[in-house]
Amino acid sequence: MTGPILRVRDLTTRFRSRAGTVTVVDGVSFTLDRGEVLGLVGESGSGKSMTGFSLIGLVDEPGRVEPTASVELDGRELVGLAEPEMRALRGRRISMVFQDPMMTLNPVLSIGDQMGLVIAAHHRMSRADMATRAAEALTRVGIPEARARLDAYPHQFSGGMRQRVAIAIAILNHPAVIIADEPTTALDVSIQAQILVELQRLAREDGTAMIWISHDLATVSTVADRVAVMYAGRIVEHGPTTAVLSRPRHPYTRGLLDSLPSRGEPGHDLAQIPGAPPSLAALPPGCAFAPRCGHADAACGVAPPATEVGPRGWRCHHPLEEARR
Amino acid sequence: MTLAPPAGVAAEAFVVLDKVGKIFAPQISLAEELLAHLGAGLDRRVLHAVDGVDLTIAKGEALGLVGESGCGKSTLGRILAGIHRASEGRVRIDGRPVTDAAGRKTTTRVQTVFQDPFASLDPRMTVGETISEGPIAHGFVERRAAQAHVAEWLLRVGLDPAFARRFPHQFSGGQRQRVAIARALAMRPDVLVCDEPVASLDVSIQAQIVNLFLKLRRDLGLTLLFISHDLGVVRHLCDRVAIMYLGRIVEVGTAAEVYGHPRHPYTRALLDSVPRLRLDPDAAGGVSPISGELPSPLAPPPGCHFHPRCPLAEARCRVERPLLRRLADGRDVACHLATDAPPHVPHGG
Repeated sequence: MTGPILRVRDLTTRFRSRAGTVTVVDGVSFTLDRGEVLGLVGESGSGKSMTGFSLIGLVDEPGRVEPTASVELDGRELVGLAEPEMRALRGRRISMVFQDPMMTLNPVLSIGDQMGLVIAAHHRMSRADMATRAAEALTRVGIPEARARLDAYPHQFSGGMRQRVAIAIAILNHPAVIIADEPTTALDVSIQAQILVELQRLAREDGTAMIWISHDLATVSTVADRVAVMYAGRIVEHGPTTAVLSRPRHPYTRGLLDSLPSRGEPGHDLAQIPGAPPSLAALPPGCAFAPRCGHADAACGVAPPATEVGPRGWRCHHPLEEARR
Repeated sequence: MTLAPPAGVAAEAFVVLDKVGKIFAPQISLAEELLAHLGAGLDRRVLHAVDGVDLTIAKGEALGLVGESGCGKSTLGRILAGIHRASEGRVRIDGRPVTDAAGRKTTTRVQTVFQDPFASLDPRMTVGETISEGPIAHGFVERRAAQAHVAEWLLRVGLDPAFARRFPHQFSGGQRQRVAIARALAMRPDVLVCDEPVASLDVSIQAQIVNLFLKLRRDLGLTLLFISHDLGVVRHLCDRVAIMYLGRIVEVGTAAEVYGHPRHPYTRALLDSVPRLRLDPDAAGGVSPISGELPSPLAPPPGCHFHPRCPLAEARCRVERPLLRRLADGRDVACHLATDAPPHVPHGG
């Protein structure tokens, strides 16, 4: 089959409370090809994790994905799907890896039992076959003596090994799409490097597409084919990773890049974005980045339209020059 | 900004850590002792969190302390700050010990900024009370002068003096960290221990706080021990850097030289693990991970702690502990295989 494996159009997620309605994901659209890695970058509260939760149908009341949104996985519409149907897809065609494996693994079930549950939810299989399949998945993510480790409990693994187990669970049923939400943020650099390499290899071998959610531009630049930068619930810039990071068009992308210590001269002041990300409950009208932007003027009081040029796109009234550097 | 001397040891040692060690041993009760006599299992393993550390910091210098979780860097920082008492060795600032014989802190000349400003500020104290509590208790300012004192320090860390009457919950993470820095500085310390002060902040806020530290160093001539796992931030802020692995210092040198030409295999592996911003689609991207897991600090490998993961390890590395020694170019390296000749090939590229 050709065409993108995932097509997201106008994804909007709102939380309603007595204090009012907060839009945490606002009109997010993108496509994901088979085997492609999309980096979703942003600071806390930018809506990047909520985008992941919305895609996989894990937004609980009082949150709601607006019915006007569309998420097509392999041609099948997920928005509005009844929970039993969503459950049949979740963990089989689309799965998620979270930041903290201590929170997502069940502490009172052995690794083998947890993996067995994920297989049994989607396939009829003997216990012996399940164990074989689980051990294969553990071996693929680099866990030695996988058969013996099936009887172990999460607390018997180190942080890095636990995250490998979480990844093994995500790949158990060979999903078409994996959403990885800050999968290496809680890990040490040497372990992070191992997990980065493993996940890239898995995606390549299986042709699995991945959405890599992270605040770390350097990590995203090493794994992602394309990148989407989020600010206050919206994608403000997207395109091929190296193109966006070497020639950003949106001032926020540029500000993020310039504030990296690796880009500055040691001992000299880093370029900094003034102010702090806005509260989603009190967004400025128009462009949400305008109050922190050096290029903002009266035009920015109106929401900037989405501009699409070739593989790239941005939402800005005053995009930076293409040939700036 | 002070330029670091080329040697691994600071020219004039202002802060001296002399063979400092810290051992955490389980508290074994009498009942457990009796049960052990009757054959019950007893975990007597001790954790050598910090093991024979020699370090010096010159006045006005910033020393970065880098390592992965569990390497003992925070424990070492707390020993310098007088929060933990060293089990072995001596800690001196300007020739005077930090703690007395009973382990009580005896100086206000060293203060600490912690990682998480959500946990380190008392939620029931106003910002003004938080900042003035220490200086009033130690008699540095009169109670009636406290307000001006607070205002001065809020301004210095880039906050509005009117914030003195507010509570921590009214601030963002970056602002809270500024309050925590003001609280530490209001004690007029000579030495500031910063334990991962930017790790919990967003990228755009991180740059603001890094710039604040640069400014405070210029304005106040602070001596800094800056603990971090973020190699980029340390490179930016520090004159010299010490690399720690499982309780021991494995390499010390000027930041530029250690990053440019790492001499210890662990330092090199650590630098290779850090993802770099890839801007060229054709550039060989990616990271080269260190093989193996971080061993448990409760049972570190014998000899050189790094030998099971080291590509160069020899028989000697498995039995004999390499001591930190000065090479001809002034670098301190704890590796049997480090030679005086600097490597020909620049690292990374």
